[in-house]
Amino acid sequence: NPYAGLVSHLRASWLSGKTRPMEYRMAQLEALGRFLDDKKQEILEATELDMGKPSFEAFFSEILLCKNELNITLNNLYHWMKDEHVNKNLVMQLDSAFIRKDPYGVVLIIAPWNYPIHLFLVPLIGAIAAGNCVIVKPSEISKNTERLVAETLSCYLDSDCFAVVTGGVPETTRLLENKFDYIFFTGIPPVGRIVMAAAAKHLTPVTLELGGKNPCYVSDTCDVTNVARRVAWGRFFNAGQTCVAPDYLLCTLEMQEKLMPALREAITEFFGPNPQESPDFGRMVSDKQFQRIRALLGSGRVAIGGQTDEAERYIAPTVLADVLPSDPAMQEEIFGPILPIVVVANMDEAIDFINARPRPLAVYAFSCDSKVVNQVLERTSSGGFCGNDTLMHVTLTSLPFGGIGNSSLGKYHGKFTFDTFSHHRGCLHRSMGLEALNAPRYPPYTQQKLGLLTAAFEVKRRGTCTLL
Amino acid sequence: METMQQVVGRARAAFNSGRSRSLEFRIQQLKALERMVNEREKEILAALKADLHKSGPDACSHEILGVLRDLVLAMEELPSWAAPQPVKKDVLTIRDEAYVRHEPLGVVLIIGAWNYPFVLVMQPLIGAIAAGNAVVVKPSEVSENTARLVAELLPQYLDKDLYTVVTGGVPETTELLTQRFDHILYTGNSSVGRIVMAAAAKHLTPVTLELGGKSPCYIDKDCDLTVACRRITWGKYMNCGQTCIAPDYILCDPSIQSKVVENIKETLKEFYGEDVKSSPDYGRIVNKRHFKRILVLLEGQKIAHGGETDEASCFIAPTILTDVSPESKVMEEEIFGPVLPIVTVKSVEEAIEFINLREKPLALYVFSNNKQLIKRVISETSSGGMTANDVLMHSVVPGLPFGGVGHSGMGAYHGKYSFETFSHRRACLIKDLRMEMVNKVRYPPGSMEMVHL
Repeated sequence: NPYAGLVSHLRASWLSGKTRPMEYRMAQLEALGRFLDDKKQEILEATELDMGKPSFEAFFSEILLCKNELNITLNNLYHWMKDEHVNKNLVMQLDSAFIRKDPYGVVLIIAPWNYPIHLFLVPLIGAIAAGNCVIVKPSEISKNTERLVAETLSCYLDSDCFAVVTGGVPETTRLLENKFDYIFFTGIPPVGRIVMAAAAKHLTPVTLELGGKNPCYVSDTCDVTNVARRVAWGRFFNAGQTCVAPDYLLCTLEMQEKLMPALREAITEFFGPNPQESPDFGRMVSDKQFQRIRALLGSGRVAIGGQTDEAERYIAPTVLADVLPSDPAMQEEIFGPILPIVVVANMDEAIDFINARPRPLAVYAFSCDSKVVNQVLERTSSGGFCGNDTLMHVTLTSLPFGGIGNSSLGKYHGKFTFDTFSHHRGCLHRSMGLEALNAPRYPPYTQQKLGLLTAAFEVKRRGTCTLL
Repeated sequence: METMQQVVGRARAAFNSGRSRSLEFRIQQLKALERMVNEREKEILAALKADLHKSGPDACSHEILGVLRDLVLAMEELPSWAAPQPVKKDVLTIRDEAYVRHEPLGVVLIIGAWNYPFVLVMQPLIGAIAAGNAVVVKPSEVSENTARLVAELLPQYLDKDLYTVVTGGVPETTELLTQRFDHILYTGNSSVGRIVMAAAAKHLTPVTLELGGKSPCYIDKDCDLTVACRRITWGKYMNCGQTCIAPDYILCDPSIQSKVVENIKETLKEFYGEDVKSSPDYGRIVNKRHFKRILVLLEGQKIAHGGETDEASCFIAPTILTDVSPESKVMEEEIFGPVLPIVTVKSVEEAIEFINLREKPLALYVFSNNKQLIKRVISETSSGGMTANDVLMHSVVPGLPFGGVGHSGMGAYHGKYSFETFSHRRACLIKDLRMEMVNKVRYPPGSMEMVHL
């Protein structure tokens, strides 16, 4: 077991209690802030090399959003760490009942390649804030970022308590043989199953942030220009390699006709007449991904885009019209810059279409009629929902970010990350006195004692008489 | 006979019909459950007596009272629990609606245990119904009378398709676990907990595992030993020691060991009289297999009190072992019986080290007049939950989550936490389709104005 030494080293640090004091955690978090500031340029360069990530996007997702999470955590850690006192019943008035937030111990964070800094750093912030020791396993696919993290993160964090492990599938498999106290995984469902099965052997709790096909319904009553911009922005951000990107559009034939010129307009506005030359449009992360996504272009008909360049792993911002449910583009999460449009007769058909499929990470609905937006919300199920925009619900840290069913298990962002990495321990501190109050609970058991217990412990419906 | 696939399929179709969505429907089902508990109390008590030799008032207070209380709480609070919860917005979303909706998960599975066979099935069921799910209930076959009764009663009071009871043993449970559920709540031991989680992993099903372990009980020299020992005796020998959060073993200074034994002996007399075997308030071991298992733990031990057994009635007298070695068998596994080992330690540091060398327990107890010492024990150990200066009681505080950590489990329930366990918290952001000006800063061509927002 090649990682046994590392894991026991971290476990020993954990048992020493080093990560418990708030001051320690704040210092480590502040160091992470310095990492983001000092290495900003390197991060922009590495992610550009890895997937042509435009600097603007990289700054927004890898630096800005991460710093927000850091600041929210630093500002609130004191409150989050405090014992939460709860209501007590009659017999416990002199006692203290509270929830203590205990760290789990040694936790593992496995990150994917598409937002390679953000998707390990945001969980890491919560794990450190909660007082754990952490092993981070960045993705080997975004290899430039992986190298940057492996080489520089240890300069900022306490190496007794935090480590970076690199490698691919064989290394991750060996790593998962060890016992961790929590595992946080972001990636695809098949690997999620493997991670959870490995965790089951040690009874390790997990958070799995997975994915799916996020539907986007556009009703007939809407501002076509604005819809086109917001959908195009969400779809083509990071060249489509976003777990909450709108995966496919559902609308009527008339709306498809109206949307097409608006989408073309938005794409030109964003990326110019030749997106391959725009510094603001990314590339596919690997040859494997490029080939997989290119194969989906045969679905429906190419209405916008469709050009590819294998040498650059470039796929143009593409919209496919008249796509059928049986087409290849509708069989898997696209995770690329292709937006298929599936025509439906009306909103009810769109809702049925969505509900016939596995529950996605996000559902989007666009309409000027708020009743339509609410209908789609109430009659579907998904991790999260955004009405009249895309992606934005995941930038608000007071909202929990997670999925349901195949799209995920657990949630995080903001305080939810801290809570994910804490064990909420129910604590009751009683007084040694007032032993007489305990008398009704002791044997010998009698009906009279039962009556007293009932009076002391029961919850009555409001409005009922509480006469004994 | 229906297959498991058909049973779960029927529950899923019933869930998809949407009828469990409305709060009125859920409250109506909870009311029916309340009627069931009140109307059929005699039969429930009789089943508990047959399974575990529980006396009427005992079963009432430990199984019925808690259920009725949780039912009332759920019916009262459901509208507020289920209401959308607005969240704090930021600069980018200030004009939008942002809230969290609690939605049902779908079809959930509840696997009960045999030691509190009624409440351990009912309490999760209440939360699952309140959260709007369809539920498959699998009571433990070891407490067979209660299992049979639950299977008979639930369909008489609840919607038959949404809520089903499946009975059977290991083969039936194994088959049930191959089906896809949207959440599984399992109460039982760690070995089966692993099997449940591995089965759930195939479907990426979230799980709540209420397991067990050895819950330590540290008695400080500075404490009222009479009171401490009375409380410990109550929690240890309730249900003949077959309680997941019973104090499993005692840690104390050698100088107070004999006083502890004396006090417990006195209390036992107070509780069960001179002849424990004839007390209606003292339980029995659930079956021969567990009886034999516990007997093995007594081998080679110094029995300071008790030790009498009677296989025919699965009776084991309240027993105390002194000067127990940490390496002995009785200190390896969760005892789950009326045997109380005392391990001596010289200081609270030694006690804390002893506890931390072992798997995280479901509960932890410390008795002391010294508040600082108590604070220290809490801060330097980890456990599912804990009570200072008493035992078991943290599990009845409505606002506290009840669950384990590490080998003692994952997830939590009771009261509002049951509702949350069986709900999906869906993040919702509703924007205006106008106000496009605000969005312009985020669109390419890339601009650094966005950066300065």
